[in-house]
Amino acid sequence: MIRINCPYCGERDHSEFSYGGDATIKYPSLDSSEKEWTKAIFFRKNIKGFQLETWHHTNGCRMWLEIERSTVTHEIRSVKPCHPDLKKVVENNK
Amino acid sequence: MKPSRLKNYGKINRNNVLSFTWDNKKYKGFEGDTLASALLANNIGVVGRSFKYHRPRGIFSSGVEESGALVTVGLKDRRDPNVRATTQELYDGLKASGQNAFPNVNFDLAGINNYLGRFFASGFYYKTFMGIPPFEWGKGTAIWMFFEKFIRKAAGMGSASTLPDPDSYEHAHDFCDVIIVGSGPSGIAAAIEAAEKKLDVILVEQDSIIGGDQLSEYEFDSSHIENQIKNLGIKVMTRTTAFGLYDNCVVGLLERVTDHLSLPDKTLPRQRFWTIRAKHIIVGAGAIERHIAFNNNDIPGVMTVNASKHYLNRYGVLTGKKIVISTNNDSVYETAELLSEAGANVTVLDSRTNFEIETNTTFEIRRGYVPYNINGSKKIDSLDISKSENINKSETINCDQVLLSGGWSPAVHLLSHRGVKPKWDYENACFLPSDTKENITMIGSSRGLWNKNDCIASGVAGATDALNRLGISKTNYFFPKPGGWKNPIKPLYEVKYKKSRSKSFVDYQHDVTSDDVRLAHREGFISVEHLKRYTTLGMANDQGKMGNIIGLSLMADLLNKEIPEVGTTVFRPPYTPVSIGALSGRNVGKHFRPLRVTPMHQWNIDHGAKMIEVGLYQRPWYYPKENETLSDSYIREATTVRKTVGICDVTSLGKIAIQGQDSTEFLNRIYSNGFSKLQVGKARYGIMLRDDGIVMDDGTSWRLAENEYFMTTSTGEAAKVMSWLEELLQTRWTNLSVNVTSVSEQWAGVSVAGPKSREVLNNCVVDSSVVTNNNLPFMGVTSTFLKGKIPCRIARISFSGELAFEVYVKSDFANTMMDLLWENAKKYDGCLYGLEALGALRVEKGHVTAAELDGRVTIDDAGLSKMASTKKSYIGSAMRKRGVLKNNDREVLVGFFPANLKETFNAGTIVCEKNNIKGQGIGRITSVTYSPELRHWIGIGFVKGGLYRWKDTTLVGADPVRNKQMNLKIVSPHMVDPKGEKMHA
Repeated sequence: MIRINCPYCGERDHSEFSYGGDATIKYPSLDSSEKEWTKAIFFRKNIKGFQLETWHHTNGCRMWLEIERSTVTHEIRSVKPCHPDLKKVVENNK
Repeated sequence: MKPSRLKNYGKINRNNVLSFTWDNKKYKGFEGDTLASALLANNIGVVGRSFKYHRPRGIFSSGVEESGALVTVGLKDRRDPNVRATTQELYDGLKASGQNAFPNVNFDLAGINNYLGRFFASGFYYKTFMGIPPFEWGKGTAIWMFFEKFIRKAAGMGSASTLPDPDSYEHAHDFCDVIIVGSGPSGIAAAIEAAEKKLDVILVEQDSIIGGDQLSEYEFDSSHIENQIKNLGIKVMTRTTAFGLYDNCVVGLLERVTDHLSLPDKTLPRQRFWTIRAKHIIVGAGAIERHIAFNNNDIPGVMTVNASKHYLNRYGVLTGKKIVISTNNDSVYETAELLSEAGANVTVLDSRTNFEIETNTTFEIRRGYVPYNINGSKKIDSLDISKSENINKSETINCDQVLLSGGWSPAVHLLSHRGVKPKWDYENACFLPSDTKENITMIGSSRGLWNKNDCIASGVAGATDALNRLGISKTNYFFPKPGGWKNPIKPLYEVKYKKSRSKSFVDYQHDVTSDDVRLAHREGFISVEHLKRYTTLGMANDQGKMGNIIGLSLMADLLNKEIPEVGTTVFRPPYTPVSIGALSGRNVGKHFRPLRVTPMHQWNIDHGAKMIEVGLYQRPWYYPKENETLSDSYIREATTVRKTVGICDVTSLGKIAIQGQDSTEFLNRIYSNGFSKLQVGKARYGIMLRDDGIVMDDGTSWRLAENEYFMTTSTGEAAKVMSWLEELLQTRWTNLSVNVTSVSEQWAGVSVAGPKSREVLNNCVVDSSVVTNNNLPFMGVTSTFLKGKIPCRIARISFSGELAFEVYVKSDFANTMMDLLWENAKKYDGCLYGLEALGALRVEKGHVTAAELDGRVTIDDAGLSKMASTKKSYIGSAMRKRGVLKNNDREVLVGFFPANLKETFNAGTIVCEKNNIKGQGIGRITSVTYSPELRHWIGIGFVKGGLYRWKDTTLVGADPVRNKQMNLKIVSPHMVDPKGEKMHA
């Protein structure tokens, strides 16, 4: 079982979280073209090693998190809030 | 074989005599016995029949690696098959029986399979049912179906009870700094060292008492260690198996709480499934002694050497009188001495010639000899032996027991669960654990250490390793070198029988012989993973704990390779079997999944509701009067709604409070239709798309104030929509000032629908002017009070197509609201209506729900093109017209009538063209109902090209599952009051 150290709740089982997706995607503005949206939605890298991904602490504080996880070992290197303001708060509290 | 209980041996409690039955006969044993030791003490040699050949089998081991003594324990609903007799503790009244035999293990009719062996070689199913040349007779599924039941009956072991499990099981959780698996000398040393350094330690032992292999020592007494461990605050879990290691130092344990008790406390669970989250794992799981493959090496009376030492010193059972020990290593000589001292006549065959051994007792050592063949069937009569240099029968020794030691395999299983491949060690002829970056340390003989002192040293080193890795200390430590025997081991896996048709078993449990391995090689299954699957070597309960290495070595031999080049199969959890009951824990029956009820659940039931599950929710299905059937009831309810008024619990809809200065902008982005001009005090139906342009959900949003909305979602998508809104606000649109809060549980809602609904509400609100057509027009919203000063929100929203209102109150007021509304609805001959009538009403109107919005449908497919704004961009707007989605051959929402109005149809019916009834057809019916308004069956669903392509054509509805077919007429989905005059009334 993966254990995720939620910045708000502390270390919890991964069963409390749901996987979101690739955290590096910059979603285009709503009025962008179909081509740009297609790229953002359907094209993904198949990374072997550490990748940035989003997780939702669904059965917890409901924070969306940006997690650096190895696809090979499940090792988690970092867990941060997705929201930039929350990210700052967490960093300032360190 | 004549085993017997010795007076001065064993750690059993002879003051507590236990009686048990074996195959319906009564026997006696002692407290501290396992079923296996008690059977041996009672001279019961044959305890099972083998998997394929139904050969008599005895007890091979004294632990979890047992692959012969698999028995059935318990009766009726507690019948538990394939229990290892070697680990089942004896209790008073235990009822056990042999399995895979008829009428019993001593006389088994299927024993004839032994002589048909060549037909049951590896891969026999695959070959036989490929057909027999030259005419491929017997090929195909039908033949397989016919033979399958006989084969399944013949093969396989015990049978499980099919009755409901009367026992309860628990899931439990714990945390610790270090978990230590195994309480042998190394595990105990590690536990003490770690606990003395103030770590929080859990020590896990699968046996009933701690000690590990020391329990086979004559003088060992675990009680003083138990005290020491208790004083250090170590949590000891006996009768608990660490069956798997998982990510982030999570360990799965199975604790057998009552399996050893004759009258367990009924409040206790039978087993507990533990999830332990540790910071470091130390594995001292020991090593498992291997046997040697040679002809008839499975005759009852064959056992590993170490097992007989356990039976002697732990259980006081001398397993044989005239014993031959066959070995290729030094580990057996201590046992040979002990057995000799206990009164057995011992001969040791050592495959090696040059080695030095000091012994105190006299027993014969035959240097350079190996076992060749056992004579006997249900017991050993004699052993043919051979010189190890020149394999052939050289002489015969009379004996009643043959003990084997082909070397030792460290139990690297748990480390293997983490994907760490073991490495082959030539010097010790075994796989040793490799290093890992994870916080896992292997100690003791599972590290390949054969001496007790080395094991103890490795335990201390392991604890120090844990302390260092946890950053508590920086102490140097070293592990003793693997090995520890005076003379090197000489690999010995198989003694090849000269005659044909040998039965020299590699894997006892699945009857895999050395010939099977050679057959697999001949037929090209040379990869270890193929070998395993083709021969079933290493499958079943024991998972090849004894036989795997022998199989590997045989394959290596055939390929002219070394064992490490052939590889090893990956061990996966569980280490030993885990019962399904323990896995499911308390999540059974009604507790299989959470139950959600609305605050008026009991009120609904009290008023005659029959309930139906919708997702996790229980919702009223219909409210039958007297003898009404479901269809009587829903037709009456739907008719009443159209005629007067009806009340329906709609609390299960998702409800989300949306607040903040950018709320309007937020809704405008997530809904396909415009929200920027929605006035305060009005609601709007909205459709949300996914990024890829497919419909995600629909619902209404009510503008309660300038910056405050109340959103409803469908019942099934509520959680998903909530997560989606949070994702957007936290990851994409982080500058929007919006707060979303789920308030689904906080509000109870009803729909009051029908021409008389306004009158009913008039009587229920404090100020009746709030619900007039002027003050509350279609899609109007108001916050007001119900009589009794109950604050409520009312919106004039219609799902049924009638004049209708949704009324929400705080959940605590749900029953009061229902009483009030119902009391007034009755005055107008109103009714309570359930989901079935709601469905009928909405199908008549062509309103879509989850049955239609199934994640494949676009706004245009659903006939809701008007809901897609062209004046703004929103989620999905760029993608909803992409590629295949603009295809005008897409399936589009339509209504269906049976061409013959007396006919019926079901949801799921496939729509086809008349002379082309096949495959997926050109569409499907998703929802059907009897229409009380139209007085015949109607449906909605999808057809390629939609209404205009087919409106004058008769199509065919094919329902192969129900063996039905009917002609269909395609109509507009808006079948009743298409202009919507009623709801605007």
